[in-house]
Amino acid sequence: MIQLTINGKPAHFDGDPDMPLLWYLRDDLALTGTKFGCGLGLCGACTVHVNGEAARSCQTPMRAAAGKRITTIEGLSAAGNHPLQKAWEQCNVPQCGYCQSGQIMQAAAMLKSKPHPTDHDIDTTMQGNICRCGTYQRIRQAIKMAAGVRA
Amino acid sequence: MTAAICNVSRRGFLGQIFSAGALVIAAPLAPKLKGAETWQPSVYLGIEPDGTVKIVAHRSEMGTGCRTGLPMIVADELEADWARVQVIQALGDAKYGSQDTDGSCSVRDFYDTLRTAGATARTMLENAAATKWGVPAEDCHGQNHFVVHAKSGRKLAYGALVESVSASTGTAPQQGAIRLKTPGQFRYIGKDIPIVDLKPIVTGKATFGIDARMPGMVYAAIERPPVMGATLKTCDDAEARQVKGVEQVVMLDLAKPPYGFKPLGGAAVIANNSWTALQGRKKLKIEWDLGENAAYDSAAYKQAMLDTARKPGRVSREMGNVDTEFAKDGKGVKIVEASYYTPMLAHAAMEPLAAVAEFKDGKVVTWTCTQNPQAVQDTVAKAVGIKKEDVECHVTLLGGGFGRKSKPDYVAEAALLSKQLGKPVKVVWSREDDVHFDYFHSPAALYMKAAVDDNGRPTAWLQRSVFPPIAMQGNPNEEYGGFQLSMGWTDIPYPIPNLRVENGPAKAHVRIGWLRSVSNIYHAFGVQTFTDELAAASGRDRVEYLLELIGQPRTIDFGKEGMKQSGPNNPKFPFDTARLRNVVEIAAQQSGWANKKAAPGRALGIAAHRSFLTYVAAVVEVEVHGSEIRIPRVDIAVDAGRIINPDRVKSQLEGAAVFGTSIALMGEITAAGGRIQQSNFDRYPVARMNQAPFETHVHIVTNDAAPAGVGEPGVPPIAPAICNAIFAATGKRIRELPIKGQLG
Repeated sequence: MIQLTINGKPAHFDGDPDMPLLWYLRDDLALTGTKFGCGLGLCGACTVHVNGEAARSCQTPMRAAAGKRITTIEGLSAAGNHPLQKAWEQCNVPQCGYCQSGQIMQAAAMLKSKPHPTDHDIDTTMQGNICRCGTYQRIRQAIKMAAGVRA
Repeated sequence: MTAAICNVSRRGFLGQIFSAGALVIAAPLAPKLKGAETWQPSVYLGIEPDGTVKIVAHRSEMGTGCRTGLPMIVADELEADWARVQVIQALGDAKYGSQDTDGSCSVRDFYDTLRTAGATARTMLENAAATKWGVPAEDCHGQNHFVVHAKSGRKLAYGALVESVSASTGTAPQQGAIRLKTPGQFRYIGKDIPIVDLKPIVTGKATFGIDARMPGMVYAAIERPPVMGATLKTCDDAEARQVKGVEQVVMLDLAKPPYGFKPLGGAAVIANNSWTALQGRKKLKIEWDLGENAAYDSAAYKQAMLDTARKPGRVSREMGNVDTEFAKDGKGVKIVEASYYTPMLAHAAMEPLAAVAEFKDGKVVTWTCTQNPQAVQDTVAKAVGIKKEDVECHVTLLGGGFGRKSKPDYVAEAALLSKQLGKPVKVVWSREDDVHFDYFHSPAALYMKAAVDDNGRPTAWLQRSVFPPIAMQGNPNEEYGGFQLSMGWTDIPYPIPNLRVENGPAKAHVRIGWLRSVSNIYHAFGVQTFTDELAAASGRDRVEYLLELIGQPRTIDFGKEGMKQSGPNNPKFPFDTARLRNVVEIAAQQSGWANKKAAPGRALGIAAHRSFLTYVAAVVEVEVHGSEIRIPRVDIAVDAGRIINPDRVKSQLEGAAVFGTSIALMGEITAAGGRIQQSNFDRYPVARMNQAPFETHVHIVTNDAAPAGVGEPGVPPIAPAICNAIFAATGKRIRELPIKGQLG
C-alpha cells in the first residue's frame, strides 16, 4: 500500500507501483486537470508538484510518489486565485486550454526559486512545456505580470 | 429566412423538417410553454423566466474562441446582459445546420443567422412590452436585459416578459419586422470579451474529451494495422491477457477502402484504467500482411512527385499562352524556374484523440472531443448499425483540433467496443497512436516557371502542384487535387497576361486529411517564395515587387481570367486586390521594413496570401547564427472583414505564427516500408517557447465587409516569410521544408 498526500489530503494506492502518478490522478481520483500529452516527459502537459518541485507525472511511478506531497492544478490555490491563475486570466492566455494546467504548474514552481525571472529564465524553464496553439508570448507576459516583472 | 418560434415540445420534429439555421414558426404555442418554462424563440437561444439567457454554441471549441464569439453575436442583437448569459454546448443535431467546425467558417456562415435569432427574440420582447403598456412597439427598445419605453421611463426585465411572450399570438415577426441593429449600436461585437471557459481552464476544471467519464466504463487501447490496408495474419494475445487489470482482448474488423472516417480496426485491449490498457497492448504479438502500401517510402515518393511536377499536368486555369512566351528565352525575356517541396505533417494537437461511448438498447451516447458531431452521428451509426438519430453526441472542449478531430474514426471505435462488451468504453489514443494513425497533411511538390522582362516583371507564369489529395478518403485511386486547387493555387491573384495553373497526379499511401489551412500551406510556399526569388533576381525591393505583381486594386473575376471550373468565386466575398495590397502595406510599415537595414545574419522577409476569404500579410524578422534560427519579431496584418472578438483574432494570428514556425523549421513526417517513422515530440518536434517568435504583433484592419475566416489564414504566409527572410539574411534560398539541417 502506497501512502501519499494529494492536494493536502491523505490518499493511498494499492495497484501496480510502476503505474505513473498521472494515471492515478486521472483515472483513479478523477483529478483530470493534469493532462496526458506524450507519456514520455516531452511535452509538460502532465506537470504537477512533488514536494513543491515541478515534476512530470507521466514519468513519476507511484512507487516514487510514496510518502510525497503532490499538488495538482486543482490544489494550486483554494479559490483559483494563485497570482499566476489571475495573470493567466488577465492576459487571456489560453486558446484550447489543454496544456495550460501544466504551464501554470511549471511556472508556479519556477517562481518559488526565481521570483523575478528574466526572459531567458522563462524561456529556459518553460521550453519543456509545449503549447500547440502557440500561446507562448502570452504565457511569458502572464508570468512577468504575476512576478511583478516589467513586461 | 422566415422568423419563427420553435415549439419546445416539438423541437425534435421541427429539427428534422426544417433546414438548420432557419427560425421556424410554430403557432399556436403549446399551452405547456406558459408559466415557468423556458421560452425558446430559436434553436439557438432560450430565455428562462428568471431572466437567464441560454445561448447554444453549436460549433466546437478547439481554441479559436467560437464558443464565446458566436454567442456574443446572439447576445448583442438580443441586447442581453453578457453576465446573465449561459452558453450551452449543442448536441450533434442537423437542426443547427453544419456543425463541422473547420474551414474557418463558424462566424462567416452563421453571423447573419445568429443576428437574426437574437434580433427576433428582442423584437418579440419589445412587442410584448408595447402591448402591455399600450404604446407603439417602435418606441420600445431592448436594452441590456430590459425593454425600455424611453418616453415614459418605464422598463420591464426580459425575464418578466417571458410569460407574456409565450402567451401572445405565438407568431414571431417576419423578417421585415425584425429590427436589426446598426453596427454603431453593437454592444459586444467588436469588443474584447474573455472566453467563457477561461476560469475552468486555469483551475483545471474544464472537461476535454479525454477527461469525459461514464459510470462503469472500461478503458481500451487498440493495436491498429501499421500500414494502410494491412491485414491480420495472426494475433497472440495470451501474454496481454495475463497483465493484471486487463479484462480481455477484443478484435475489431479492419477497415476496407474507401477509408472515409471508418475506424481502422485491430486488436483492442480492455482494462481497468488507461495505463493498464496501454501496457497490455505492448504484450500483443501480432503478425500483419502489410499489403501493397508497404512499398511506400517517403524519399522515393518525394523524388517521384518532384519528377511529376516537371511534366505537363491537368490545366485548371489558363490565360494567354505561356509556351509562346517561354520560347522567347534570351530574346527579350529571361526564364526563371524552381522546384519546391513540403513534407507530410501530422496534426499533433496536445490532446490525443479520445472518446467514451455507451451502446445500450440500440442507441449510442458518446462524449468526445469532436469538430464535427454530426459526422460522429453518421460514422457511429454506420459502424454499429443504427440510425443516425439514435446517436447522441455530446461535445466536450477540444484540446486542439487543427482538422484531425473532424474525422471521428476514434469515436466509432468506442461505440463498437461498447456494443461488443455491453458496457461503456473509453478509447485512449497514445501520442504514438495519434501520430501514426493521423489523416496526414499531404506532402507536395511544386514547379514554378516564369519568363521575366528587363524590368524583372513576369510576362508568363506557369505553376504546377503535385500532392496526394484528400479525395482519397472517398476514392483511394483519386490522384488529382480537385477542390484543393482553389486553396491559393488556381486563385493566384497576379494579373499576368500568360498564366497557366496545373496539377499533376499522386496516389496516397496513407490516409490524407486537412490540416489548419490545408493546401494553402504548400501553395503559398511555392507562390510566395517564387515571387521573392523573382524580386531578388532583378534586385528589386521585395515589398514593392510583391505589390507590383498583385497589381492595381481590382475585383478579380476568375471566370474571365481563365479559370476552368467554378472555384473561389463567391459573390459575397470577391477577391479584392486592394485589400491584399493594404495588408502588405500595413505589415511592411508596422515592421519598419523601409528603415530596418539587413545586417549579416539578420533580415526581414515578407509573404502575403488570401485564404478562407481573409487577407493576411506577414513580415518576419530572423537572426541566423550558423544552423540556429531565432525569430525576434513577426508583424501580421489581417483583413477578415467584420471582427467579433478582436482579442481572439489576435490570439489566433499569434498562434498561427507559431504553427507556421513549426512547419517552416522542423515539421516532417516520413514513411518507410509503409510505416510512419515518427511517433512522439522527440522525432516530430513542434515549436517550443524558445524556438517560437519572441513577439508577434497583429494588426487588424477594421472594416465593415462580411466576416471571413480567422482560424486558418494566418498560417500560410509564415513559412515563406521566414524562408524569404533567411535568404535576405544569408543568401541561402530554402526550397524545401523543413529548414532543419539546411543551414550552417
